Amino acid sequence: MTLRRHLTSWLFLSPLLVVLIPFFVLPFIVVLTASFFDSDGFGGLLPTFTLVNYANLFTSSLTLNLYLATLKFTVLTWFFSLILGFLVAYFLAFHVRNPLLGIGLFLLCTVPFWTSNIIRMISWIPLLGKEGLINMALLKLGLIHEPLEILLFSSVAVVIAYVHQLTIFMIVPIFNSMARIDKRVVEAALDAGASRLDIMRLIVIPMSKSGIALGSIFVVSIVMGDFFVVKVMSGGGSASVVGAFYEDISVLQYPSAAASAVVLTVALMVLIGLILRTVDIRREITR
Amino acid sequence: MATGQGHIELAGLCKSYDGVTMAVDGVNLKIEDGAYCCFLGPSGCGKTTILRMIAGHEDPSAGEILIGGENVVGMAPVERRTAMMFQSYALFPHLTVRDNIAFALRVRGLSKAERNKAADAMIEKVRLTEFADRLPAQLSGGQQQRVALARAAITQPRVLLLDEPLSALDEQLRVQMRQELLRMQRDLGITFIHVTHTQMEAIALADMVVVMDRGHIKQAGPAREVYATPRDRYVAEFLGGQNVLAAKVRTVAGGRAVVASPTVREIEVPLAGRSFSAGDAIEFAVRRDDIVLKRPGPDAVAPDTAALSSRVTGVEYQGSFVKVMLDALGREDFIAYVPERTFFRDPVAIGDVVLATWPVEHAHLLA
Repeated sequence: MTLRRHLTSWLFLSPLLVVLIPFFVLPFIVVLTASFFDSDGFGGLLPTFTLVNYANLFTSSLTLNLYLATLKFTVLTWFFSLILGFLVAYFLAFHVRNPLLGIGLFLLCTVPFWTSNIIRMISWIPLLGKEGLINMALLKLGLIHEPLEILLFSSVAVVIAYVHQLTIFMIVPIFNSMARIDKRVVEAALDAGASRLDIMRLIVIPMSKSGIALGSIFVVSIVMGDFFVVKVMSGGGSASVVGAFYEDISVLQYPSAAASAVVLTVALMVLIGLILRTVDIRREITR
Repeated sequence: MATGQGHIELAGLCKSYDGVTMAVDGVNLKIEDGAYCCFLGPSGCGKTTILRMIAGHEDPSAGEILIGGENVVGMAPVERRTAMMFQSYALFPHLTVRDNIAFALRVRGLSKAERNKAADAMIEKVRLTEFADRLPAQLSGGQQQRVALARAAITQPRVLLLDEPLSALDEQLRVQMRQELLRMQRDLGITFIHVTHTQMEAIALADMVVVMDRGHIKQAGPAREVYATPRDRYVAEFLGGQNVLAAKVRTVAGGRAVVASPTVREIEVPLAGRSFSAGDAIEFAVRRDDIVLKRPGPDAVAPDTAALSSRVTGVEYQGSFVKVMLDALGREDFIAYVPERTFFRDPVAIGDVVLATWPVEHAHLLA
């Protein structure tokens, strides 16, 4: 009887396990093992047990700077994509009365995803470049006298590209949790005399907490785990954690790259843990 | 005449959502201060729309809404001093019972101590003290309803609007909660407007029943008046308990008409002061509990009694009475409610031929 019950619970878990074990647990074990190996300098791994990769990582001042730089991009991207995503989701969930129009607008949000990431980034160049639309417009209006350099190949450009790319990851879960708010609940708040701000503060935001948390997890983990946008949009001017160990890989230093990867994974887990500690997603969703 | 602060007057009230069909079509109504008023009608008759317009959640397309003598169209719900209790309650799922009830005070800027004090007093009034810190999802339907009632009443509104307040409850609880609503209304001494599609609920609760159909008021008046003297066929059939007969006038004499139809052989109907001439079509209602069943025989029909000969098509035991279905009107229902003891003194069975009789004066002429 208990055996059968155990079996059923395992069966229920199996789809998740089938995905998690080969695609996360096993690769992670491989990387974890490699992080304790030594390198022969030519791409080979020497199966020893050494902590030297971690020691190098933690004693290098570069590591802290890389993390600070990545964290800066993460926080900025999270902040702007949260504001934008929340507003778009709010508009879709509460102001679009016609459900068909709502779905249409929702699909419109996904249009940027019809082209590849690279093209999307490159398309910022004619807009943000030295002779791009924005600079030209500002020059013509006489607001500036020489083109703004800061727009492209800078931290600004990195954040813009990230926000452009990732706002949809905020919109979807926030919209989803907002769509489940009974409109009569909002009406009841109105009936009780709540202002628009009160409704936002006391009803909409608390009830979209799970969506905000989920979106934040998406954005934070994607930005922390990315180097490509930073590389392209900063024009090589900014570095990132993943960018650094990508360099290690290109010079065949697999063990130190693996150690960096493990540290990043742990750092991310801590961050996500913090998010989950603020919002009990499981409780919010089952409510 | 001075109007009480909870006195409501609707004047030429119209609402159309699409500009073509009228959800509410020219409604005029006065509701006394402190009355318990029920809007009764099938879904889509406009009763909820009226309620929402009084509450300020919907703007009328035309017409005026006066509360306490003042036109409130265009005002926010708070300025109107109305409060609404929503269908299926719309409690704030992320707030505790106490915070739900204190919500209106919170947005009015009361301090936490003040609003909790007021909320706790209200919680005690609706007997939820031990549930004050629970979330709505952890309460039963009846408890949720009490939270909704308390949340609406905490601002001391002059009018409380209830949208199908009992429809989310099961039958037994519904009857119990009816009393609770009445008690609350007496306690607060304010006007209650209650929307329902259940006639039993309306006549059990209301000082004034407003029967609606397709955006119009069909009849408004005290429960007994609406039930016992319905104005037309629609009201009679919607409230139930009546047999509605249609016939043509043959002769008129002494304030009564002799009428007949293909299914009804000559019977007398009182004309209640109205004048008809031979050939006019009339409709009248006879209460199901006014009908006495008799076995056919030479002395069966007393003077001043109307009688229809018919066959029993069905018998349903209802406890305190027995519902006997007859074929007197052909395919239309004709039903007699026979008191239980009377029925079993001489029970009729399906297929028996009986005379359905009633005192002529008890027939009620419909418009």
